[in-house]
Amino acid sequence: MKEILKDLNKAFENKVRLGIMSALMVNDYLDFNTLKGLLDVTDGNLASHLRSLENSGYVTFKKEFLDRKPNTQYSVTDEGKEAFVKHIKAIEQLLN
Amino acid sequence: MNQEKYKDDLKDIKDMMSRSSRFISLSGLSGVSAGIVALIGAYAANKVVYSKQIVDGYRNILLTHEMVYELIGIALVTLVVALTLGIFFTTRKAKKNKQKLWDTQTQRLLINLLIPLVAGGLLCLILLFKGFIGLVAPLTLIFFGLALVNASKYTLTEIRSLGIAEIFLGLLATQFIGQGLLFWAIGFGVLNIAYGIIMQMRYGS
Repeated sequence: MKEILKDLNKAFENKVRLGIMSALMVNDYLDFNTLKGLLDVTDGNLASHLRSLENSGYVTFKKEFLDRKPNTQYSVTDEGKEAFVKHIKAIEQLLN
Repeated sequence: MNQEKYKDDLKDIKDMMSRSSRFISLSGLSGVSAGIVALIGAYAANKVVYSKQIVDGYRNILLTHEMVYELIGIALVTLVVALTLGIFFTTRKAKKNKQKLWDTQTQRLLINLLIPLVAGGLLCLILLFKGFIGLVAPLTLIFFGLALVNASKYTLTEIRSLGIAEIFLGLLATQFIGQGLLFWAIGFGVLNIAYGIIMQMRYGS
């Protein structure tokens, strides 16, 4: 039991962060507005959760210009992928 | 232990993964309506081809330039009506699912659908004007099938088997040149209707 709990990641306890990670796992890149639409959250809320995932090293971004408007593309890091897969496996084990 | 919460989490993860990468609001009714429109179109085309000539064996059907234009006209009207109905039903379903109609998922779906479809359409037009009319029906079915298989990665997975069925039908049609309209009616009409009904039953309107 203790082993399983160790793999459950505090960073993914929150619904919004869980949603961000799930969406980024199956897409190469997603921009801020797409994420916002998918999760149905406010700008500020999404930005703070993205920042916390960046700080954990799970999410990275690159800024681009689309029609001269700044456009931020988010993607999941290798570290983030690994942590997320671990987290899901831990959940599945817990439920079994 | 908070089992319920984790069950919810797992469900949310799956839901978000499919919602963010696939266009799930494809309506079964759009398949049914496209199929019915296709059957009407095939019937109209059948009239154009067979009413204006004395048939002396099915291989000797004569198509004048005027008739070819009429057929292209029927095909275009069929396409526009089918697309309009499809967009109507899909918009309705997207609203119900609270999914945006025009987002990254839709764009990816359309681009991947259109690449084989446009390539096949242009090839068929070229063949039509070069006089290889018999090959047009099988090729449209094959390219339609390839387009569906290609697009299926970005929408409901059933589209893939519909695509494979269309490809198979198209290949079969090459053995029955001259029966093109019949295969068209089966591929674009009957198969679309059948799949539309299956999707409608699985996913609701």
